[in-house]
This record gives sequence, structure tokens and C-alpha cells, in this order.
Amino acid sequence: MASATGVAIEGVWKFFGDYPALRDISFTVDRGACLALLGRNGAGKTTLLRILAGLSNPARGRVTLLGKEARAVETRRRIGVLGHGIGIYDELSAFENLRLFARLYGLENPPKIAQDWLERTGLDRVQDGLVREFSRGMRQRLAVARAFLHNPALLLLDEPFTALDDRAIRVLQQLLEEARSRDCTIIMSTHQLREALELASDVALINRGRLAFRGERSAEMLQDPAWLYRNYGEA
Amino acid sequence: MNFLRNSLAITYKDLRSEIRGKDTINASLSFSLVILLLFSFAFDPDSDEVREISGGLLWLVFAFASSLILSRSFARELINDCLDALISSPISPAELFFGKAIANFVLLLVVELVCLPVFGIFYNVQWARQFPVLLLVVMLGTWGMTVIGTLFSAMTVNLRLREIMLPTLVYPFIIPVLLGAVQLSKVLIGGEPVGADNQVWFRLLVAFDVVFTLLAVAFADTVLVG
Repeated sequence: MASATGVAIEGVWKFFGDYPALRDISFTVDRGACLALLGRNGAGKTTLLRILAGLSNPARGRVTLLGKEARAVETRRRIGVLGHGIGIYDELSAFENLRLFARLYGLENPPKIAQDWLERTGLDRVQDGLVREFSRGMRQRLAVARAFLHNPALLLLDEPFTALDDRAIRVLQQLLEEARSRDCTIIMSTHQLREALELASDVALINRGRLAFRGERSAEMLQDPAWLYRNYGEA
Repeated sequence: MNFLRNSLAITYKDLRSEIRGKDTINASLSFSLVILLLFSFAFDPDSDEVREISGGLLWLVFAFASSLILSRSFARELINDCLDALISSPISPAELFFGKAIANFVLLLVVELVCLPVFGIFYNVQWARQFPVLLLVVMLGTWGMTVIGTLFSAMTVNLRLREIMLPTLVYPFIIPVLLGAVQLSKVLIGGEPVGADNQVWFRLLVAFDVVFTLLAVAFADTVLVG
């Protein structure tokens, strides 16, 4: 029987030189939950998300995603990552980019999957155009398609709404709602408190590398998004 | 089977990008041809001295050409954080490394095959007489340089001075490859077959390629993720 825990973080430390960017972070996220990972700039949100995505190893501690190690192939097959960079090749066309990642994720019929996602994100008309010729909004929609094309069971999103145009925001919101409806676990770091809290079921606040708060999203957080920072953030 | 399929997907992606951009191959090819031209002014093409140093000259050019290709190999993945997208995907670092090594090998081989006839003309050497064996030596030597260079390209990708650091780190490691390739090329360019006394250089090239390919594949995860 599958564990109810989607993500388990146990005693994670990360150092940059002598500076501890993460200090003994421990918490769990249930499967199907949506966690808003909050914190000021430099708090350690991106560092934690990079460790969860298997892009960096913790100095100490352990991370388990969907019951397996973060770097296990089976885990990576089931996670979708959308970071600060779009992770898309400028010298390839939109179609070639999505087909490449569909192949790397071992999906059946990569050309069809690439085609389907180009249609879903409204990029089918420019599918053979090189990404370097795309507008910023088109590139962002392509990045969203890349992160979602394998229907991940866990989504790790680092500032997903930052610098998105209105169309890309609509596409992302729709995909997140669909992901939630199929019990996908979501961890999303963001500064856009209201949007994040409306979507989230859980909240974690990181303050200077330490976990300052972890709990369910409450009604008072929705009414006053700054409440969390006032009560648990640094002065 | 999956290993090869994923590696070839990376190779295809790299070669496709290079065919579209042509920045690396143009730089490497023009640099190699200029070096060949400049060296041709320094030596008399009809002298015995040129025959003696021909193998060394050729591989010096190939080694310089390789550093231009290899320094771009992983650096191109930094644009748009594509390296993160690859590392977080199910493809293993070994597959990623191997795919990139094949792409670098193909690019470098193209540069070398263009340089060979030019070298023949400038230095008046009979490079085509033993061409099949010379091609084998070029391929073995190129794979040796590529496999070490691709590994160090991954290691230095986040360094600010990677263009300087890469050749500084790579050249000492490829000395055995260069020694073997230079010795064999010198004989073959002279139009003579490889004798029994030169078989040891062949064995050295093959052993180097096999050992360093296995080591690079084994350490790819440590190099890329830490």
C-alpha cells in the first residue's frame, strides 16, 4: 500500500561555504496536498526546492519523495520541476523541445504528446518556430508544458507565477487545478501570498534557513496574507 | 537499450542545436585552419623535418580545436537553466554524459576530416595512402580527448574562467592519447604501414579509451550533482 506521505524532509542541512543556508529542516507533506513554501528573499526556499528536485545534495539529512530517494530514477520520472530558468533550448523548435523531454521521460509516442501539449498551451501555430524567436510569454507557456507533459505525481514549482503574462498565468492556474484534482502533490515557493494561499492546503514558512512555521492554511491567512510573516517571520 | 536511446536523444539535440547555430564548429574549424596555415610558413614542406614532426603538428591542431568544442559542451546547457531540466529528468547523468561525448566526438571528427586534406596540401604529405588506418587512429585519439574533455567540461561548467580552466585541466590527462596518436600518425602520414613495433601505441589508445570511458560514466553522477 502506498504511503500517505508525498514528501518527507528529515533534518536537512545545506551549507554554502561555512554559511548554513538550511538548518535542520524537517517536515512532511501529504500526498495530494498543495504546500505554499514562503519566506523572504534568501530564506532558503530555492535551496530546499533544488534539493527536493535532486539538483543538489543536502550536507546532512534525508529527503524522500513519493516513498523513494529524491535521485532515484523512478522518482524523477514522477516529478515535474519548474524553476527560475525555463529549461528550454533556444536553438530547437517548440515541438523539438517537447518531443525531446517526452523521450527523456520515457513516454509513449513522444511526437503525439508534444503535439497535444502545444495545442493545450496555444503554441501549435508556432510549433516549428525556433524558441529564440519566441516572445517571453510564449517561452513561459512552453516551459509550463515541459514541466507538466508527463503528468507528474509531484510538482516542485519555484516562483511559478513570477514574470508570467496573463495568458501563461491562466494556463498555469488551469493546469494546477487539474493537477490538484488528480491528487498531485504540489510544493510551490512564491512571494505572491494571496494567489499561493488561495491554492494551498498547507503552508511552510522558512526564515533564515530555519523552518519558522508549518501547518494547514487557515482562514485568517486568507483574510490577511501578511499575518504569517507578522507572527512567525523576522521583525 | 534505454541507455543508448537516451544518450542518442542528447546527441541529436546537441548536433541539431549546433547545425542551427554553427557557432562552435565555425570557431573551431577556422581556428584549426589558421593554425595549419601559420605553421606552414614556419617549416619547409619538402624537408625531412616536417615528416618527423607532422604527427605532432596535426594533433596539436586537433587538441586546440577540441578545447573550443568541449568548453561549449556543457556551457550551452546553462542558457535558460537547461542543465537543471535535464538533471531533474529521469535521464541518468551517465546517459547525459555519454550523449554529449558522442556529439562532441562527431563535431571534432568533422573538423579533423576537413583539416586532413588541408594539412596534406600545406605540408606535402601522403596522408591518404594509409587513410583507413589513419582514420582509425584519428577516431581512437579523438574519442580519448573527447571523453576526458567532456567530463572536465561538466566539472568546470559553473566556473567563471572555464575557457581557461578546461584546457589547463584536460591537456595533462590526454598526454597518453596524444603520445600514441602522434607516434602512429607520424608513421601513417609518411605513407608507411603500422609495424609490429608500433602496435603498443594502438593498444595504449584502445586501453585509454576503454578505461576513461568507464571511469567517466561511473563518476558522471558525482560530477553533475555532487
